[in-house]
Amino acid sequence: MKLSDLTHRAGEWLRGVGPMHDVVISSRVRYARNLAGMPFLSRCTGEQLRELETRLRDTVLDSRLADEMLYVDVAAAGKLDRELVVERHLISRQHADGRHPRGVAISGSETMAVMVNEEDHLRIQVLRSGLQLSEAFEDLSRIDQLLEERVSFAFHDRYGYLTACPTNVGTGLRVSVMLHLPALKLTGQIEKAFRAAKELHLAIRGLYGEGTEATGDFFQVSNQTTLGKSEPQILEEFSTEMVPNFIDYERKARHALLNRQARALEDRVYRAHAALRSARLISSEETMYMLSLVRLGASLGLIKDIDVHTLNELFLQTQPAHLQRLLNREMDGQERSAARSDFIRRRLSQN
Amino acid sequence: MSDLYHEGMKLKCDKCGKSATIHLTEIVGGQKIEKHLCEDCASAEGITVKSNVPISQLLEDFILQTSPSHSPEQAAQHAVPSDLKCDVCGMDFNEFRSKGLLGCPHDYEAFDRGLLPLLERAHEGATQHIGKVPHSAGDSQKKQNALLRLRAELKSAVSLEDYERAASLRDQIKELEKS
Repeated sequence: MKLSDLTHRAGEWLRGVGPMHDVVISSRVRYARNLAGMPFLSRCTGEQLRELETRLRDTVLDSRLADEMLYVDVAAAGKLDRELVVERHLISRQHADGRHPRGVAISGSETMAVMVNEEDHLRIQVLRSGLQLSEAFEDLSRIDQLLEERVSFAFHDRYGYLTACPTNVGTGLRVSVMLHLPALKLTGQIEKAFRAAKELHLAIRGLYGEGTEATGDFFQVSNQTTLGKSEPQILEEFSTEMVPNFIDYERKARHALLNRQARALEDRVYRAHAALRSARLISSEETMYMLSLVRLGASLGLIKDIDVHTLNELFLQTQPAHLQRLLNREMDGQERSAARSDFIRRRLSQN
Repeated sequence: MSDLYHEGMKLKCDKCGKSATIHLTEIVGGQKIEKHLCEDCASAEGITVKSNVPISQLLEDFILQTSPSHSPEQAAQHAVPSDLKCDVCGMDFNEFRSKGLLGCPHDYEAFDRGLLPLLERAHEGATQHIGKVPHSAGDSQKKQNALLRLRAELKSAVSLEDYERAASLRDQIKELEKS
């Protein structure tokens, strides 16, 4: 398995067929773990960083966490390859931009990505399409167990699993969903939803996670509390109390739009559709915006000739690094805008 | 209908001219008032809260809250313990405060006094883990700390070019890891 194999398809988690896929793009769970008896990364010497990277890479690869695995030495990878894995949500922006020895192990289906030497020694992540948090958590527990048979993690009787940042300490568990909330945005209710989320101790981030602005119509919602609750409790509260509320608000807003402002909504959706089919130059920002409206239209039955899977794939493949890899050449912004519009028109005419 | 038509246009923040991401329509005395704000200005106006509070912000709030403007009693009670220092990794509490990241697992004990209020704020008042316990938890705290110390000594032996000592420390680390 090579990194270039990934470019032509979307990961399993982006297939767009999971439960509640009209609103929930994907589910993600992750554990933050550190080796016992080792300093956290900020206090490691160069030698210790290399030692950690080698040791953890071997541990992860030897543990047979998945049938097919690819380890990307992020420090040795070229810029475009690093961007590619960021665009696929397999590593964080911070991990791509680091300068120390680091890497990521990815399973063939891309449902698992284990970052080595990110903020913590290990960040074990599992992804699924749509709302499938408990399935993802089951897999995460299995992986954690397999790793624990080979290494011992820093653990404290009172504080639990010890992490470099105290906001992750305890379970080290972060549970999140990527939501598509165009109707809440259009009807100006998104801030209200965010305020409610805030009161429920949830964090809202942009499309690419930590440090990215919550702009556009895609939002990553996750738990903030990792200490003082058990893992199943965190999972349960998040997936049965919090996420359904978001889904419910968004669906209600969509139907309100359809019932009360049908003409305006149709106009927006069909214009976006037309723009994607006709544009000769399109930025990735505009693409996201138009695709979001078309996705909304598809979920309401206004657009019938493009399925969610195609849309999800387009979201990914129109990103700068993907586009350059798919077309096999490096391009500047202007060239990309042209190539992107051609790519979208070709893809949509196949439907 | 107006909400919908507005959304697509690039509106500027009413306050600072940056691009607005928050759009409000208020009805005041039958008058419809539209507001367009960027996240920062909306947050400053108290209309929204920043959705994502980074640790540095938490720390800052914490420091402000415990600044000397409070009564001396309060200050003493909450004083940020600047004297806290980890004798294993050498990090002190001020350095943690400026970076937001700890240096080694032992910091959780060394900075205990300083960290507790922070943990409470970050985790809905909780300071005790009740989740999963690794089956390797047989690796006592003592052993974990011993390993950390040996590694810190190794670091200084290497920097002093005392290779003999470094070699012996490496052996001790291997030995302890196996045990």
